[in-house]
Amino acid sequence: MRLQYPTNVRIIEVPCTGKVDIIHLLLAFEQGADGVIVVGCMEGDCHYMAGNLYAKNRVQRVKEILDRVGLGGERVGMYNLSSGMGGKFAEVVREMTDKIMELGPSPIRIAKGTAVRAAGEVAA
Amino acid sequence: MIKAIPKPMEEIIDNVKDFNKLLIAGCDGCVTVCEAGGLKEAKVLASALRLYFTQGGRQAQVDETSLTRQCEKEYLAQLSDRIDQYDAVVSLACGCGIQYLAEMYDKKIVFPGVDTCFLGVNEERGLYSERCQACGRCILAETGGICPIARCSKRMLNGPCGGSEGGKCEVSKETPCGWELIYERLKTLGQLHRFETPTVPKDWTTSRDGGPRKIVREDLRI
Ligand code: SF4
Ligand code: SF4
Ligand code: FES
Repeated sequence: MRLQYPTNVRIIEVPCTGKVDIIHLLLAFEQGADGVIVVGCMEGDCHYMAGNLYAKNRVQRVKEILDRVGLGGERVGMYNLSSGMGGKFAEVVREMTDKIMELGPSPIRIAKGTAVRAAGEVAA
Repeated sequence: MIKAIPKPMEEIIDNVKDFNKLLIAGCDGCVTVCEAGGLKEAKVLASALRLYFTQGGRQAQVDETSLTRQCEKEYLAQLSDRIDQYDAVVSLACGCGIQYLAEMYDKKIVFPGVDTCFLGVNEERGLYSERCQACGRCILAETGGICPIARCSKRMLNGPCGGSEGGKCEVSKETPCGWELIYERLKTLGQLHRFETPTVPKDWTTSRDGGPRKIVREDLRI
């Protein structure tokens, strides 16, 4: 199956979304990510029982933090997909990239001078 | 152990927003167990504050660390060679640790990063409840191992009151009536006769009513 998804996305593999901690998501933003999504197994299907439920809580907490520090919680999200849902994965990634394009670059990159706030000038 | 919850981010930001060099100091003791102020939480807060400053176009330094226990001088001393480089410290220890840090580094501005709540137990991860109010003279021997001071909303020593209904306290339907718990436990233990003699008035001077408290253990001191 060859599916197209936006090329400005970096995929980081983890054994289970339960491995993804709040600090990992925040550090991604500190390093200039415009948005981050956590993609885990369907609820109830985590191989480690509840990893994706922990991840859901942590993503929620990161949303709150991003709202409070001025980046906006909509830059982070969580999706649940099974390994057979490649098509849906590509769709989710496109959806998130579109949302980020709309929001513009992260204020962190603007502040650091690695991006300018103008449509179409989102650096990958 | 001491139970605390993280302070709202807005409150912390409001306190530290005018400083340029901040140290977030976690504690590896009680607050690590209740996931309010350990190294993990210190890292998250430091990262959040860095994001806050950077997005506002500010170049602030926010570092994090965690001490074995902030309620002991020996561990607080580990900050002595680096604390001078910071304008202010946010301590994530309980109220005791925060104060002891401020006491030891008396020229440093120290902010609380958690709200210290009570002495309690871990019922489950993320669910903590109060068990003891540190009254200074434990009466658990008389009350079936259940503390009426911590678990009766009115701290009654001869309960229950008329507001006990269906095992719940009238103050909140979520709260079990402490005295109902005591009654049931004494029944299980075959000690219901304890209800026949009223508890004598308690000496509250060992509690907060006697002012700030101190323990002097001559057997431990040299
Ligand atoms: S400073 Fe407070 S939280 Fe830390 S170990 Fe001491 S009592 Fe526990
Ligand atoms: S009687 Fe006093 S010391 Fe004992 S559990 Fe209750 S509050 Fe704590
Ligand atoms: S194995 Fe835990 S989310 Fe997939």
